[in-house]
Amino acid sequence: MAAFGSGETRPASARARFGIGRRRQVLLLVAFVVVLVLLWEGVKFLGGVPWRALGTGPQGPVIHNPPFRWPLASDLNLPHIWNIVLVLFQPFQRGSDVTVMAHVVDAALYTWREAAIGFVLGAFIGLALATAFVHSRLLERAFVPYVIASQTIPIIALAPMIVFAFGQSVISVVIIATYLTFFPVTIAMIRGLRSFDPRAMELMQSYAASTWQTYVKLRLPASLPYLFTALKIAATASIVGAIVGEGPGGVADGLGRVIITYNQYYITGPEKLWATILITALLGIAFFLLIRGLEVLTLRARPSAASG
Amino acid sequence: MTMPGFASTLGRLWYYLPALLVAVGTLVAWEVVVGALSIKAFIFPQPSAIFSALQANWASPQFPLFASAQATLLEAAGGLIIGTGAGILVAFATSRWATTRGLLLPIAVAANAVPIIAFAPLFNNWFGVLAPLSKMMMAAVLVFFPVMANVTRGLTQVDPAALELMRSYAAGEGTILRKVRIPNALPYFFTALKLATTLSLIGAIVGEYFGGASAVLGRVIVQSASALRFDVTWAAILLAAATGIAFYLATAALERIVIPWHASLRATET
Amino acid sequence: MPDPTVVRLAGVDKIFGRGDAPVTTALQSIDLEIARGEFVSLIGPSGCGKSTLLRIIGDLTPPSAGDAIVNGKPAAQARRDRDYGMVFQAPVLMDWRTVEDNVKLPLEVLGWDAGRRSARAGEMLQLMELGDFLHHHPYQLSGGMQQRVAIARALAFEPALLLMDEPFGALDEMTRERMNSEVLRIWERTGTTVVFVTHSIPEAVFLSSRVVVMSARPGRITKVIDIDLPRPRTDLTRESARYFELVTAVREELRRGGGLGTDAGSGSLARTLAEGAVG
Repeated sequence: MAAFGSGETRPASARARFGIGRRRQVLLLVAFVVVLVLLWEGVKFLGGVPWRALGTGPQGPVIHNPPFRWPLASDLNLPHIWNIVLVLFQPFQRGSDVTVMAHVVDAALYTWREAAIGFVLGAFIGLALATAFVHSRLLERAFVPYVIASQTIPIIALAPMIVFAFGQSVISVVIIATYLTFFPVTIAMIRGLRSFDPRAMELMQSYAASTWQTYVKLRLPASLPYLFTALKIAATASIVGAIVGEGPGGVADGLGRVIITYNQYYITGPEKLWATILITALLGIAFFLLIRGLEVLTLRARPSAASG
Repeated sequence: MTMPGFASTLGRLWYYLPALLVAVGTLVAWEVVVGALSIKAFIFPQPSAIFSALQANWASPQFPLFASAQATLLEAAGGLIIGTGAGILVAFATSRWATTRGLLLPIAVAANAVPIIAFAPLFNNWFGVLAPLSKMMMAAVLVFFPVMANVTRGLTQVDPAALELMRSYAAGEGTILRKVRIPNALPYFFTALKLATTLSLIGAIVGEYFGGASAVLGRVIVQSASALRFDVTWAAILLAAATGIAFYLATAALERIVIPWHASLRATET
Repeated sequence: MPDPTVVRLAGVDKIFGRGDAPVTTALQSIDLEIARGEFVSLIGPSGCGKSTLLRIIGDLTPPSAGDAIVNGKPAAQARRDRDYGMVFQAPVLMDWRTVEDNVKLPLEVLGWDAGRRSARAGEMLQLMELGDFLHHHPYQLSGGMQQRVAIARALAFEPALLLMDEPFGALDEMTRERMNSEVLRIWERTGTTVVFVTHSIPEAVFLSSRVVVMSARPGRITKVIDIDLPRPRTDLTRESARYFELVTAVREELRRGGGLGTDAGSGSLARTLAEGAVG
């Protein structure tokens, strides 16, 4: 069981650990983003190509000439942040009245739908499997070694295979998101469904509670912090799976496709790829926060889960 | 511990018997069913066909499996070293100040929520789509955050009584770091490292999915699949899995050597 | 002849909380002198500040007012001179070190050479009757044995003063009595001055030359009781009439100070039940 290391899979509150308030964390995070932006533009200020007036092309008037020329800081490798923001409001194709932002957000929502379906399916499958494993020693011995071994192999390598096996369709992407979700959920729930207080189990036994009653009233509630820890990991994993299925797998309409397309046109418009990646990152964070919100709502009565 | 070696080996064999049966049963059923139906055989080739593809393409010019696995492992290992090194450095540099720790945790959480894989095309553009460095950097970024977060935790989540004990000896910060914080962080570090081996392979392979030199596992998987050579695809996937397991086991072995006290501690916990 | 006073506390106050946090007076005008070779117990109800007082002597927390003098110098200087050894309620052993290496830890910090370290660690563990467990890891030992390792570690560099913070609080009654006899044996052999914090009246009476009785909110010394039981003390001591008289005297003093009130009893029972339901 080497996969279960020390501490870090165990849910714990960030505040208790780091002794720093929520408000200060948010402030620090904002400050960090500001510093990052300043650093980014600072590098370009020192070693980029000549800065031109906003919205003008390569022939526009030069407003600043950086003293150095670093390849890393060129407009191709590191576009100006304002240009990335501006490109969001430009048409995504010549002559189209759909902006890049609308186009990418559409794709992101499409990807999210696929990921979310797979995520929900995977969570239920994982829960069902873990339930079976904690109630049957034989099933546990037969299958759990494989579930654990799955954590040591790059199971995402299967993604293109699945797209070819099930066709370039939504179904393939959903399947990928499902299996990327159910592995972490199963592993966490095998632990979680056994994390009850043994004294509480004796109490249930003293009531002659049935296996089902014990499950619903003790095992499941005790396992919820573990479930949410796994779900937060799986939320991102399901989106990664969807993107890999769509992009290299060749499913149209999703973020993966948009990333591949804009990557092909990177030379003419690097800002579009950057903007897409920005929105992809935001999608991941939004999905994570959604699960985190559910967690806070579900576990709000428990002292350890309220923060973090 | 009380069981003599032979009996305990037998006991472990008995314990894993059902798992072995499942593996053998799956392989047999796969072989028989695919053989009997032979309809979708080209997508799910028989295990025997996969093994012969593995043999035939071990060093074939079109799908050189062995060289590809080597190249991918090199990218993953390079990424693992870069990402782990950077993670440890940042953890050490920042773990002394509560403010930076309070900042790093939410950043690590946010970074974990971001599908970092989406950055693969950028790395390809920056470091060269054909250069192994672009895959290494992809792997390194994936590895960095869990290592950084876990080492920070290990360095800071020390039993307060142990710190008080060191204070009673009038020990300096350097001594406390060497005698308490670093040993305390080692189990956390190895937990992250075991996670990181898998992540580094994922980073390398997915980076390859988004384009790269042809003799790497990710390219072989995509190209053989689009050429409808699914026996080769499965052979490559098998090789990726074997690489992952070997990588992981090597890390776990290293852990047993470096922190034997922790492994025995865990064995008694269950 | 050096100053016979090892610990001198004069007008020590300790106030917790600052800013908008509620302020608690943990200790109020504590005066106490402990002579070389004494065995002094601090006893009192939870929250009377006896552990805080021990930490002030060890310079692990600063006093809000007053002076703490150890070995004739400020407590901070005494700590830097490694004048005392400390034993906590938990053994606080490093998981990654063997029993022997745990005892060597302070010697490493003090910069002893390897040969001297091994010799002394072996000697101390022999003294604590742990000679057969040098290469074991802490998790392989029972709670009582772990605490013996912690005592060996505290005494390893021969400090003039041994500070013990409820060292046997987590042990069962039988083990605790055995450890008490053990501590007395070591104390008589080494002549170290001991300051011992405890919850247990029999333990305090059995061990000490003086028992310092404290009361809570604010933490004050209500009485210092001399324990005139003959030494060496044995299991027979625990059955003598004088022993029972002294136990009763300490108990009555605690009750007068509010330490054994009804509130403590029923309150803690309710708390235990509540914790059980949540945990």
